[in-house]
Amino acid sequence: MKNDEVESQSIYAESLAADFSEKPAAPAPGLPLDRRQFLELLGGGILISVSSRYLQAIPQREGGGGPGQRLPEDFNAFLRIGEDGQVTGYTGKIEMGQGVVTSLAQMLAEELSVPLESVDMVMGDTDLCPWDMGTFGSMSTRFFGPALRAAAAEAKAVLIELAAEKLQLSKDRLRAQAGVVYEEGGQKKVTYAALANGQKILRHVKGAAEMNPSQFTIMGKPTLRKDALEKVTGKAKFAGDIREPGMLYARILRPPAHGAKTTEVDVSAARAVPGVQVVQDGDLVAVLHEVPDVADQALASITAQAERAAANVDDKTIFDHLLKMAPKGETLAQGGNLAEGQSAAKQITERTYLNSYVAHATIETHAALAKIEGDKATIWASTQTPFALKEQAAALLGVPAQSVRVIVPFVGGGFGGKSASQQALEAARLAKLTGKPVQVVRTRAEEFFYDTFRPAAIVKIKAGITDAGLIAFWDYGVYFAGARGAQQFYNIPHHRTVAYSSGWNGGTGVHPFATGPWRAPGNNTNTFARESHIDALAVQAGADPIEFRLRNLKDERMVRVLQTAADKFGWKPAKAPSGRGYGVACGVDAGSYVAHIAEIALDRASGRVQVKRVVCVQEMGLCVNPEGAKLQVEGAITMGLGYALTEEVQFTGGEIHNQNFDSYELPRFSWTPVIETVIIDAPQSPAQGGGEPAIICMGGLLANAVFDSTGARLLQLPMTPERIKAAIAKL
Amino acid sequence: MKKTVAFTMNGQQISIEVDPSRSLLWVLRYDLGLTGTKYGCGEGLCGACTVIIDHKAVRACTLQVKEVAGKRLTTIEGLARNGDLHPVQKAFVEHDALQCGYCTPGMIMNVYGLLLNNPHPSRSQIIESMDGNLCRCGAHQRILAAIESAAQQMGGAQR
Repeated sequence: MKNDEVESQSIYAESLAADFSEKPAAPAPGLPLDRRQFLELLGGGILISVSSRYLQAIPQREGGGGPGQRLPEDFNAFLRIGEDGQVTGYTGKIEMGQGVVTSLAQMLAEELSVPLESVDMVMGDTDLCPWDMGTFGSMSTRFFGPALRAAAAEAKAVLIELAAEKLQLSKDRLRAQAGVVYEEGGQKKVTYAALANGQKILRHVKGAAEMNPSQFTIMGKPTLRKDALEKVTGKAKFAGDIREPGMLYARILRPPAHGAKTTEVDVSAARAVPGVQVVQDGDLVAVLHEVPDVADQALASITAQAERAAANVDDKTIFDHLLKMAPKGETLAQGGNLAEGQSAAKQITERTYLNSYVAHATIETHAALAKIEGDKATIWASTQTPFALKEQAAALLGVPAQSVRVIVPFVGGGFGGKSASQQALEAARLAKLTGKPVQVVRTRAEEFFYDTFRPAAIVKIKAGITDAGLIAFWDYGVYFAGARGAQQFYNIPHHRTVAYSSGWNGGTGVHPFATGPWRAPGNNTNTFARESHIDALAVQAGADPIEFRLRNLKDERMVRVLQTAADKFGWKPAKAPSGRGYGVACGVDAGSYVAHIAEIALDRASGRVQVKRVVCVQEMGLCVNPEGAKLQVEGAITMGLGYALTEEVQFTGGEIHNQNFDSYELPRFSWTPVIETVIIDAPQSPAQGGGEPAIICMGGLLANAVFDSTGARLLQLPMTPERIKAAIAKL
Repeated sequence: MKKTVAFTMNGQQISIEVDPSRSLLWVLRYDLGLTGTKYGCGEGLCGACTVIIDHKAVRACTLQVKEVAGKRLTTIEGLARNGDLHPVQKAFVEHDALQCGYCTPGMIMNVYGLLLNNPHPSRSQIIESMDGNLCRCGAHQRILAAIESAAQQMGGAQR
């Protein structure tokens, strides 16, 4: 392992531990695709056996599952060079908008020395692709990327060896470029395609080195999305777009609330609808038809009674409930002596920050199609975890895992919400019961009902400053958001960070419905609380919020992003509230550093916030695709406006009141601020996360901007117009 | 009760035997196999199913198939001609104006409808016209840039 790899592991051990504190439903021990099966699947083409020093590290870092759940040791699993010279890359990662279809192809093309256009990626197909834990945690580029690069680098070395034999030249005289091996300064050359020539060649090469960033011609260059053409023409297939002969579309009877039990069901009217098939199997009541709207009619004709569980909590009382349910705290970090810090402090600020449940609300609802033929089941699903689904479906169907193939077409947004695949298991169960291919596509109301919401959470912070305006102590407790992003990075002599429930599930009796990972899980809540509190300390110190942060920072990466953001924004120091409506926040997520500065306009009469401008500076180590990285930053900022300003799940006990976008407001075009992104490229540092980091600051950023505009400190997200008006009224 | 419903679909005359009260969205997606038009909300709240009927952008999920009888319907599949992308499609590609791509067909059809009726829209007209189309990935800034660029390039033409 290279030194910088070791370093990155130790620096980010904290964020990784948080990433994996709770994995999506742990699959049963699985069976890896063996090499012979893989060769059969590949068919013709050149096969290159390579090895990589990265391999040992990855399974451990990706958390590992049961036996066999690790990246394969056979590197044929990662790439294939076709007879026509076209290169196919294989990854268990899926494409849900985050853009790895492009950045992984860039890495493969670069290390193999082929044109980017000649690379196609096959993603998330459990029969064709190497095992993968799932697409989440901003890990594709960080952890799968190095393995793919190593595979490609060694593949190129093998091709050069083969060319040397074919051309009868020393391999030292050969170079590879654009899919051709040529004699340096000479006439002889041979293409990768010619080297393949229908043969299957197994060869092992040791010591092939990946390129140095100074040699890059494809990586590090802004590159447009490879999937755009399919997506603008309507040709891109999502799980709900897959059609199979004889398939039926299923609608399933749902309970009115979580925890409700269906007592009486009358399906006689549904049975009378022509062409409708009714399935009753234990707790499952489904109606199936060739088209969804007729299945809808049949479902509507079913009468059912349900016994509901007592509703003892709602969106107003949830925070008291959570504090009562808090488990024993786990100390994530501590240093110095809090009592000493308190006596050194001149002023102390103690506050409680609240954060409501938030939905993933991807525009594509969960969809799947399951087909069972003989002993083979094929499931097309919108999921972030195809290999976990494969195991779960095998267990459900009572077949060995090798009998199940999961194929993930394009996924219409995930953000953690497609980590579980209940809809695909329903489709599989119904396919088995009916003997026909069955598709399940959730309605929007079902999507809200079954979403694994970002947990409601509480953060309590007590902190103080010295006469010199330095942070004397920091006592931090986070309840139910999770540990990710909880640790502060300021230079504070006496500090303690405690997590009461370090993951997103809460435990029995805590949340009245399912909760789960939501883009940068935990970090949005933690960064909102921390950066709001830092701003409050700056006010007490009578200092400009950026100057106060810099005064209390030693971390050079953070200082750099913050200063760069201030320069880009054109920051003029002033104490808050300055009336300008400026906010600042910074944080660390998935190994990347981010600093944001925003300008808002706040209408005091309506309480509405219009975000006018957001500057974001992100340092993410080696950036494979700067254009893709900017796109992710813009997306994160725009999405983050929602949880900061409007998004909040309303519920009474297990009943979810939000059923569609009229009662759950997502960011719209009219909200769009001018977003200016600076990616600080650090090509000699390992690549860090890019899909999540830029969303973490949005709550604190806008809360600080609201304070700067009005002098009102909002302690609860989302900052709805009502809450803003109420806070202003209290001034 | 099935009846014959005839209309022009992406430039071709078609007639289908269908219960005329069925949802246009599901007839497009299941009966006609045009899966580029997406389901997002079923109530006209997200714009993922936007199609053009007689030069106007409409939400297919709120219409019955009989409402398209005798009219001209264009879906995302009918926008590129002879393999040439429409300038709006081209602008989306060139601006990286999409991420997951699920809302993209509806976005593009809504823009197409806007430019048919207002070839030189102002920034605020664009925003007003697009505000009912939801994108969860947050490609908004680039979509707005793509629309402005396409409108400028088209210079008032329909293509």
